[in-house]
Amino acid sequence: MKYLDEFSDPDLARRLLDQIHAVTTRPWAMMEVCGGQTHSIIRHGIDQLLPEGVEMIHGPGCPVCVTPLETIDRALAIARRPEVIFCSFGDMLRVPGSHDDLFTVKSEGGDVRVVYSPLDALQIARDNPDKQVVFFGIGFETTAPANAMTVHQARQQGIPNFSLLVSHVLVPPAIAAIMESPTCRVQAFLAAGHVCSVMGTSEYPPLAEKYAVPIVVTGFEPLDILEGIRRTLVQLEAGRHELENAYPRAVPAEGNPAAMAMLRDVFEVTDRTWRGIGMIPGSGWRLSDRYADYDAELRFEVTDIQTDESPLCRSGEVLQGLIKPHECPAFGKECTPRNPLGATMVSSEGACAAYYTYRRLDLVSAGSAS
Amino acid sequence: MSPDGGSNDLDFEGWTCPAPLRNTPTVVMGHGGGGAMSGELVESLFLPAYGGAARADLADAAVLPPVSGRLAFSTDSYVVKPMFFPGGSIGDLAVNGTVNDLAMVGAQPLYLSTAYILAEGTPMSDIGRVAMAVGKAAEQAGVQLVTGDTKVVDHGSGDGIYVNTAGVGVIPDGVEIGPERARPGDAVLVSGAIGVHGVAVMSCREGLEFTTPVESDSAPLHGLVADMLATGADVRVLRDPTRGGVSASLNEIARASGVGMDLVERDLPVPEEVRDACGLLGLDPLQVANEGKLVAIVPAADVDAVLEAMRAHRFGSGACRIGTVVEDHPRMVVARTGLGGTRVIDLPLGEQLPRIC
Amino acid sequence: MCLAVPGRVLEVFEESGTTMADVDFGGVRKKVCLAYLPETGVGEYVIVHVGFAIQRLDEESAKETLATFERLGILEEEFGDGFAAAAREKGVEL
Repeated sequence: MKYLDEFSDPDLARRLLDQIHAVTTRPWAMMEVCGGQTHSIIRHGIDQLLPEGVEMIHGPGCPVCVTPLETIDRALAIARRPEVIFCSFGDMLRVPGSHDDLFTVKSEGGDVRVVYSPLDALQIARDNPDKQVVFFGIGFETTAPANAMTVHQARQQGIPNFSLLVSHVLVPPAIAAIMESPTCRVQAFLAAGHVCSVMGTSEYPPLAEKYAVPIVVTGFEPLDILEGIRRTLVQLEAGRHELENAYPRAVPAEGNPAAMAMLRDVFEVTDRTWRGIGMIPGSGWRLSDRYADYDAELRFEVTDIQTDESPLCRSGEVLQGLIKPHECPAFGKECTPRNPLGATMVSSEGACAAYYTYRRLDLVSAGSAS
Repeated sequence: MSPDGGSNDLDFEGWTCPAPLRNTPTVVMGHGGGGAMSGELVESLFLPAYGGAARADLADAAVLPPVSGRLAFSTDSYVVKPMFFPGGSIGDLAVNGTVNDLAMVGAQPLYLSTAYILAEGTPMSDIGRVAMAVGKAAEQAGVQLVTGDTKVVDHGSGDGIYVNTAGVGVIPDGVEIGPERARPGDAVLVSGAIGVHGVAVMSCREGLEFTTPVESDSAPLHGLVADMLATGADVRVLRDPTRGGVSASLNEIARASGVGMDLVERDLPVPEEVRDACGLLGLDPLQVANEGKLVAIVPAADVDAVLEAMRAHRFGSGACRIGTVVEDHPRMVVARTGLGGTRVIDLPLGEQLPRIC
Repeated sequence: MCLAVPGRVLEVFEESGTTMADVDFGGVRKKVCLAYLPETGVGEYVIVHVGFAIQRLDEESAKETLATFERLGILEEEFGDGFAAAAREKGVEL
C-alpha cells in the first residue's frame, strides 16, 4: 500500500537504528501514548533492537482499555433491551464488564452488531425505524470526529431512533496525569500521530514546558516510530524539552479545523474515569446539551450498576506504565486473550495482548508465562 | 438453464419434467413435508440443477458398489452469509469443502450426500442457483451426488439456506497422512495465495470493492494431492486451512505432533489486495479463511519434488515453502517478522471482526 | 485508536447532503466521508479512519521524510552497523 510500505523498509530501519545507537549515551525512559504505537513496537521487535537502557513505557492510549467499567456495564444493559440494536466497533465486543461482555449478550439473543464506521450504524437506524439503534462511541480524539458527524447527520436528516453512548477520552490531560503521578518514570513522550492529525499540535508545547519533557508527534509504521524515538533521544541527550513533529506528512500544526469545529459543537469536556487509572479531570468528552436528545445515557435510564472489577487484574498499573504485562502474576495464566481479566488483554492494542501475542515466546523461554 | 450454472435464475417454463413445479416463488413449509411438494422440489429443482452429477434413482439410501481399500468419511455443514459472494456460493463450498476434507487424508472422493435446511420464504431462484452450483462443483470434482434430504424451517428473517454434505472416499494403500506425523526438520508448504476466500466474503459484507476483484478460491484439491503423492514423497500432514486460516491449521498440527513451527513472514504468499483489505479492516491474513488451498508437511529432502508437482497443477501454481517444523517451543507456531522480531501465531479466538485500533 | 490508512481519492460526490469520496487503498476501494476535507480533489491522498477522511496526506512531506532516512546512511560509515550490533546483543538472527 502506497505511503505505508515505504515506511517499513528494513534497510532504512537499519539506518535509523544505527543513528539511535550512535546518539545514546545513557539510560532513558520514554512513553508511547498510543496503543497502536505499542502494538507496532512489540510486533516489529523495535524495543528489542533499541540500545540497552532505553526503555519504552507503554501508555494508556488504548481507548478500549480505558473505557470505564461502569460504561461497559451500562452498554451491556442497553444492549440487552429487546427494542435495541446495539452497534459497536469490533474491538469492544469481548471487553469484560463486571459479569459478561457484548459477545455474551449477543449469544444470548441481544441484537449486537459490529460495524466498521458509525455511519453504518446510522444506516441501520434508517433501515430499522421500529428499533432503537445505539452506537457505542468510544475512542480518542481520532475517532471523535466520526462520531460527531454521525450524530450531527442524525439530527440533520431527522433520524429519531438513533443515539450515541459516548465515552471519549483525551490525550493531553492523560499526559498531565501521568507526569503528576509520584511514581512517574517517564522522561519523554511519543505523542499519538493521528490524534494530532485531528487536533493539531498546539496543546503540547505547554505540557513539554511544564513537565520539562520532550514531546515528539510520531506515526505508526516502523520507520515512523524509529524516527520518533530518534528525535526524542537527541532531545534528551541535549537536555532539551520541546515539541517536535516527526509525522509531518499526516500532521499539520493546525490539525483539521473543520473537524475541530464539529467537535466543539457536538461535545463538551467532562471529567472521565479511566479504567484502571482513576478519575482524570477534564479528560473526556460527552455530548453537549444541544445534542442531549441523542445521548443514549439519557435516553436509556440505566440504574443499579454495581461494578465488580477482577481483583487479580492489574491493567491499571500496566496502563500507567508501572509494570510490564509479564510482571503481572496472572499474565498467561488466569489471564489470556481467550479468558481476559481486563481490557488490556482483550484489545488488540492493549499492552498485555501485544505481549501475549508477540513476546510469549521469549517469556516462555525465560520461564515467566505458559 | 444456462450451461455455466451458478448465476442464473431458473426458467420454470423451460422445464420438461414429469410433475411440473407449482409456481411458488419462495419455499414454503410444505416443501419439506415429504409429500408431493417435497417430491416436486427434488424432481423439478434439485435433480435438474444437479445435472450429470446426480443419480437419477431415488431410494431411501444409495446402494453403492464395493470399494477396495480403506474408506474415508467426512461431513460438514455450511452456513456462510452472504450465500452468494464473488467467485462462488455456498453451493461451491458445500461440495469442495467435503471433497477437500477427504483429500486431506489422501482419499479419492467418490460420493456425496446433500442435505438442505431451508428457511421458509427463501426465494426458489436462490435455491436453484445454489443447487446448480452444487451440481457443477460435483461434476468438476468428479464426485457423484447419490442421496440427500430437504427440510424447511420457520425463520424470522425469511431467507437462508443451510447445507450439510457428507462424503465417502477411498484411500490408496500405503498412504498414511495424519496431523501427528510432523517431525522437526520437515518443511511447511502452502499451495498458493492465502486469505483470498475470507476477504472475498468479507468484502461483500463491508462494502469493499476491488480494482481487481478478489474472488473466492473455492476448489477441489484431491487431484493436487494425488499429484503430490505420485512423486513418491512422504507427505506427512495435509490440512485445508478453512475457518481460522493457516494459523488454525498449523497450530492444530503443532499440537497434534508436539512440535514447534518457525515461519518466515516475508515468504507468506499474501496477495496485495488481501493485504490491503486486511490492513483496512484490521485483520491478520494468517487467520482468514481459504477454501481452495492446503498446507502440507513434507520431509526437507522431498520439498523440491513436491513443489514442482504442486506448481504443475492448476490449483497449486502458487505453491511455496513458508517455514520449518522445529523442536523448539513445542506446540507453538512462531513467525519471524520483517525487522527481525518474532511473533507467536496464535489460534484465532473466534470471529474475525473489523477493528478501529 | 489509530488504525488510519492512507488512500487515493478516485471520485468525489454528494450523498444525502454530505460530501463523500470513492477512495482507493492500493487495489481495495471503499466509500469514505469527505466532509472534513471538502476541498480534496481527485488524485489526492487522505488518511482514513473508521470511514472518515481525517487529514490530507502531504505527498511532498512523505517524500522528504523518506529522503531524510536515505541520507542517514551516509553517517553509517562513521558509526558502524549499530543495527547488527544490537541484533547480536539480543541474539536476534537477521
